Amino acid sequence: MAMFELSPDEWTAVQLSLRIAVWATIVSLPFGIAVAYVLARKEFWGKALLDGIVHLPLVLPPVVTGYLLLISFGRRGPVGAFLDDWFGIVFSFRWTGAALACGVMAFPLLVRAVRLSIEAIDRRLEQAAATLGANRSLAFLTVTLPLALPGIIAGMVLAFAKALGEFGATITFVSNIPGQTQTISAAIYTYTQVPGGDAPALRLVAVAVAISLVALVVSEWFARRAGVRLHGD
Amino acid sequence: MLSLDVEKRLGAFQLAAKFETEARVTALFGPSGAGKTTIINMIAGLVAPDRGRIMYRGKLLFDAAGKVNLPPHRRQFGYVFQDGRLFPHLTVRGNLEYGRRMYRLKRDAGELERIVAMLDIGHLSDRRPGKLSGGERQRVAIGRALLMRPQLLLLDEPLASLDAARKAEIMPYLERLRDEAEVPMLYVTHQADDARRLATTVVRIEAGRVAAVGGLELLNAVPRQSQL
Repeated sequence: MAMFELSPDEWTAVQLSLRIAVWATIVSLPFGIAVAYVLARKEFWGKALLDGIVHLPLVLPPVVTGYLLLISFGRRGPVGAFLDDWFGIVFSFRWTGAALACGVMAFPLLVRAVRLSIEAIDRRLEQAAATLGANRSLAFLTVTLPLALPGIIAGMVLAFAKALGEFGATITFVSNIPGQTQTISAAIYTYTQVPGGDAPALRLVAVAVAISLVALVVSEWFARRAGVRLHGD
Repeated sequence: MLSLDVEKRLGAFQLAAKFETEARVTALFGPSGAGKTTIINMIAGLVAPDRGRIMYRGKLLFDAAGKVNLPPHRRQFGYVFQDGRLFPHLTVRGNLEYGRRMYRLKRDAGELERIVAMLDIGHLSDRRPGKLSGGERQRVAIGRALLMRPQLLLLDEPLASLDAARKAEIMPYLERLRDEAEVPMLYVTHQADDARRLATTVVRIEAGRVAAVGGLELLNAVPRQSQL
């Protein structure tokens, strides 16, 4: 059975990956919903530009995104230096940096899913809410958000999966330091580069498959429950 | 009570409406596309006029010159839409109580019971709108608009999407509403018969203009193509 047991190093990589993916998903969620709402419901100057910037990580080579993060959020980068000086937040070569990279890479998937579900909601329901006494934010919280829930869940799962598997931007931005920034993907890559690394690589592959399957099943369950609520019992 | 004098341009369509009414039930009567829905959307605050002003019970709701535009959630006008627009994620009860919650009104069990009984929707409480018939949906929509204790009730062709049988099912409820509820109503319709059964004052709208304001006799004066 020893063959199937994770070594402490592998276990560390699994825990680190989960922590990074969970944080990347949760922290980007409010921003993702806000951007999706703005893109779905508002007309303004520069909307195409915002749309483009949000989708950029989807089309850029991940290494390019990682390098851009490195020169802006690194310790000497303009944003990184500011955050370090004023808030003591450091991204470079920390797990927080990995979470940032994963969050940025997953952001377009999150925004896309949420935006589509908001666009599918009849705006006239928001008008009805307004005549019933709801101001903009209340109408959003009590009508738009619950109706968009299936799309939000789908977006979160996509973002989580993307964050879990992110490799290029993460390794470029925060490198591949065991215990700090070595995620499952980076660990698998490392094991495939050394003699005798096949067994640990395979174990981590199995873990990655298992986590992804569980995430898919759970999200399917949530989405179906939310869908049932919307379309009758 | 209600007075408005507004103008609004919608593409090639020019709307200019001016009328006043003191009636308990006023029918906005005219053919489809005459601008009736736009007018009550302006009264509800969902559409802003380009020019003019709207007043209700001495209160200024909209004034282009003075830059007054009270948002819909501060007008407290009940609105029954042609297509119901119930919230699909809430139960009938959730829909009925939505307005009271948003306007932060005190819960009044007696009031809820009375309106639910008047509209005969008590047995539907736990259902979601997806499981209601068209007639039931409109009755819930009427109840939802009443339970926010509206200052004025706007009804935009609430029967238009229903077949004759369903219409006959709802009409008595509307008559009861007129006789029992103490809220003034503005009833949009293109059906002379509906207006005749409910209204006392008629505002006839034609091609974006108020053609006439008067009593029920205005409904008779409408030329019918088939009779010419």
